[in-house]
Amino acid sequence: MNAAASTSSAVSASNLSIHLGRGADRFEAVQNVQFNIRSGEFICILGPSGCGKSTLLGALAGHLQPSGGQLLVDGKPVGGPGPDRGMVFQQHTLFPWRNVIDNVAFGLKMRGVNRSQRLQQAHEILQLVGLQGFERRWPSQLSGGMQQRVEIARVLINHPSLLLMDEPFGALDAQCRMEMQQLLLEIWGRIRTTVVFVTHDIDEAIFLADRILVMSPRPGRIIEDLRVDFARPRDAEVVTTPEFMHLKRHCLELLRHEQGRALPRLSPLGIPTAEPQAII
Amino acid sequence: MRGTFLQPPKFLIPGLSLIACVIFWHLASTYKLDLGLVSFVYVPSPYAVAVAAGELVTSSKLLPHLTSSLSRVFAGYGAAALLGIGIGLFIGRWKLMESVLLPPLEVLRPIPAVAWIPLAILMFPSSELSMIFITFTGALFPILLNTIHGVEAVDKRLVASARSLGAKPWAILREIILPGAAPSIITGLTIGMGTSWFCLVTAEMISGQWGIGYYTWESYLIQRYPDIVVGMLLIGILGMGSSFLIKVAGRFLIPWYHLRRNV
Repeated sequence: MNAAASTSSAVSASNLSIHLGRGADRFEAVQNVQFNIRSGEFICILGPSGCGKSTLLGALAGHLQPSGGQLLVDGKPVGGPGPDRGMVFQQHTLFPWRNVIDNVAFGLKMRGVNRSQRLQQAHEILQLVGLQGFERRWPSQLSGGMQQRVEIARVLINHPSLLLMDEPFGALDAQCRMEMQQLLLEIWGRIRTTVVFVTHDIDEAIFLADRILVMSPRPGRIIEDLRVDFARPRDAEVVTTPEFMHLKRHCLELLRHEQGRALPRLSPLGIPTAEPQAII
Repeated sequence: MRGTFLQPPKFLIPGLSLIACVIFWHLASTYKLDLGLVSFVYVPSPYAVAVAAGELVTSSKLLPHLTSSLSRVFAGYGAAALLGIGIGLFIGRWKLMESVLLPPLEVLRPIPAVAWIPLAILMFPSSELSMIFITFTGALFPILLNTIHGVEAVDKRLVASARSLGAKPWAILREIILPGAAPSIITGLTIGMGTSWFCLVTAEMISGQWGIGYYTWESYLIQRYPDIVVGMLLIGILGMGSSFLIKVAGRFLIPWYHLRRNV
């Protein structure tokens, strides 16, 4: 039974702690966290700003090292970053010197796929995110929503077993955000990869997730593991149902209960640093 | 694009400015303008300079002067570009290298080209190589420092993203660091081109016969003042021209960068 349990859980964290900073500034961003994620599940991590939810995501991606406990993805401890765990940031990280299609095909290039095959696969995946016709644009010529679509396409081309998203729609306007949420569910309905989606937006979490892990402010702990059972495919109507309201009220209470101090935002790469200084 | 037809042609004002400078020069040298602190009494007039330039152009000497100077500047500059970008990527990427390599380089940086002459003669087997070395010292530091700055300014999230997409260290250097630092490197290359010409006269003080810098220095030694100005202007024009070429080539290499700035 144990063997079966470990193969069916895509992610498992036990007594996981993560420290950030150095020397006297060192602090515990994630404290003694415990959870399992089944393969193909859509998980939202919900919590206030600076609570360590992005830190947790960074550890899953392999950008941050846990300081204690164990973190397994597909049964193996997380080493460094890798294409099997795709990461989407809040602000897009498209390469400004590559046009849309070459950005999307980047992962294939790293695997040594030849150019014509790269472009063909990139075309297909761009169609999936609804961006056909924009292949030759530079990233700076796209709107925020389109940039995130490219970002998602660029990650999906690697067929990641785990899709990690750090408030990917946080910088978009409400209308665009709603569209992107629906698009994401539509894509996920087709490819069924495991998703870990970090957000501080309660509506977003309930609308998207199979399960919501609610985190407390720093040091981040998981204070609730909520199941969300709305039928799929979900549409925008669901947000006005009494069940949705009920869940939302519950989340609000959890977060309000834990409110108090506002903390600076952390990133999946650790503590955001200042711009490097010029030496000249 | 509003009001385009009201704007003067692109080169009108720069052209007028240059003409005004020549007119001032003409008046100041013809009427022997003496401002106390600075005096134009011995400054050759534009006409005398034009005559000297005509003589140089019609003589058979211009071509060898030009080719020797150009080959020295480009050899020194080329070496500086290769080393400056190479070491710059290295230093910018690895903190350890920064503490190993940067302190000695910082000590060498303020040393003017003219102070290098004796050592350059002692260190290199031929005077040609010594001259190339001196133009090299002129170009190295702007290229090196701008490369380091460019590498350090590359968005860390882009590097993290590339790693998550499967890029290995060498691919990160080629695909992320190099293009990310490219705008800054091109700035360094443009400045370096100018400073390389800047060191030409100094370098060609060592020369025995050919080079624009040598021509200028020799004219000073034998007191042919109009020829000095011809040499100065030639260096200025060649330096400006080659910097401009680097700038245009750079713009061609990083089309995405200029696009972003115009948005």
